[in-house]
Amino acid sequence: MAEKMELNEVEVWDGNMAASQALRQAQVDVVAAYPITPSTPIVQNYSSFLANGYIDGEFVMVESEHAAMSGCVGAAAAGGRVATATSSQGFALMAEVLYQASGMRLPIVLTVVNRALAAPLNVNGDHSDMYLGRDSGWIQLDAFNSQQAYDLTLMAFRIGEDHSIRLPVMVHQDGFITSHTAENVKPMSDDEAYAFVGEYKPMNAMLDLAKPVTYGVQTEEDWHFEHKARQHADLMTKVFGKVEEVFEAFEEKTGRKYNIVEEYMMDDAEVAIVALGTTVETAEMVAKMMREEGIKAGVVSPRLFRPWPYEQVKKALSKVKAVACLDRSSPNGALGALYNEVTASLYQGDNRPVITNYIYGLGGRDFTIDHAKEIFKELDANAKEGRPTTPLQQFVGLRGPKLSFY
Amino acid sequence: MLEIRWHSRAGQGAVTGAKGLADVVSRTGKFVQAFAFYGSAKRGAAMTAYNRVDDEVILNHEKFMHPDYVLVIDPGLTYTADITAHEKDSTKYIITTHLSKDELIAGQPKLKGKDVYVVDCMQISLDTIGRAIPNTPMLGALMKVSGMFELDYFQDAMKSVLSKFPQKIIDANMAAIERAYNSVK
Repeated sequence: MAEKMELNEVEVWDGNMAASQALRQAQVDVVAAYPITPSTPIVQNYSSFLANGYIDGEFVMVESEHAAMSGCVGAAAAGGRVATATSSQGFALMAEVLYQASGMRLPIVLTVVNRALAAPLNVNGDHSDMYLGRDSGWIQLDAFNSQQAYDLTLMAFRIGEDHSIRLPVMVHQDGFITSHTAENVKPMSDDEAYAFVGEYKPMNAMLDLAKPVTYGVQTEEDWHFEHKARQHADLMTKVFGKVEEVFEAFEEKTGRKYNIVEEYMMDDAEVAIVALGTTVETAEMVAKMMREEGIKAGVVSPRLFRPWPYEQVKKALSKVKAVACLDRSSPNGALGALYNEVTASLYQGDNRPVITNYIYGLGGRDFTIDHAKEIFKELDANAKEGRPTTPLQQFVGLRGPKLSFY
Repeated sequence: MLEIRWHSRAGQGAVTGAKGLADVVSRTGKFVQAFAFYGSAKRGAAMTAYNRVDDEVILNHEKFMHPDYVLVIDPGLTYTADITAHEKDSTKYIITTHLSKDELIAGQPKLKGKDVYVVDCMQISLDTIGRAIPNTPMLGALMKVSGMFELDYFQDAMKSVLSKFPQKIIDANMAAIERAYNSVK
């Protein structure tokens, strides 16, 4: 029996430690992993917990991220609680198996420490890998700080493993800015955390020999479409309610409130930034500063990136006059993903604000208070004019002459 | 908001020092951040680490800061790194060196007229810990210069931060902190 770890009421943990502690407390049966910067410490901490007697489960060291996710698929199909961690190139190598996991409806938890994709090689944080996963059929939750990385990892098990959901869940955090920044984190005790996550209840376990099942079958034009449609329908209809239910249960336990779409000062906001990751907190701080300058600024941030919270985003932005969608990933020949999703969400609504797109922070480029101020000022001008006063897509924090399109 | 920038070489313990400081400060109910700039850092490469301390939750995630304190824990970096970057009029410098303050400023004129303190963290860590790990002595010097905590309180708090280490190492670190506290000028 694993030993319990004594934790302080307030720990100073970086996002990696927060995620690895959540995995430990969830009493995962199998972690199959191949470490990669900046998520390495998640599995490194986890293996040291195991070596020190704090974990009963299996830790399988494999030869690649493809094998890591394959091991997770096997263990999950066998009937165990399963998790792993990755970033960037490792995430890209897992991509094939990500679709296998979700298609087989295996509730694996993947803690993703977001990092840029090569080339050029870069170990720092942007959202390229998170965006790469957005059509993979996983549920994607996004943490903006270390506390949230801890909280959401615990909640991910309860969301994905529910028998009405049975889908894998990614919990994202920003590489280095969250993963390697030590901050105040309030953990639950081991007993409280495990009681919240709950005992794993297998469904169609391959190791249940009394009831033989198969995973990973072939279906051609006869049934493939029906399987994919059912998965999509569950993502579109069942996940939101379950996420809300788990968020509410978590608030009851800890007092920490989560929403599918987080809103900051949106009651009377006229202009809003929509963003993901740590940028949300920086933007919130700046929104408050802008109010002292007379600009009614707010921030909207999807806590749930997939399934995309279409209705919640529409509602959150139902009163604003101008919106900036901030994408931390190169769209490589398109407008940014957040821009496209937000614009689609608002197009069917009654409110039609001016919407512009900013590309920023690639490869860990700093997103500063001054950048956020500049964006809010441009939004203010857009709101007053009722049309874009800037190009539709602008690059922020880029060296050299200003780059913009449309 | 109190902001601190560390100049160090990878392997000298700036990140551990920054995290240890954050840990101690968090126990007083304050909010903290400790982070660093990494590239594909090799042992010996120049690097920076950072602390933020505030009475409210820290939402700022930009790396940029105007530091209140600059802590230089490798003597060579005074000459090769941009240790005065984004300084304020009130920025205090605590620099590891075997030189006196006057000798140091003569060798690095851009420190002239600034609030500079010197302490030989290298020698102190070699004498007490037995290795050139100048991070904990720098924290001792910071306590003296900033008045953030009394020496006794800080040592007690650091003991629990270091509790996973053998007693011998804890004792050596306590001695290093105390000597730096008493010798920083």
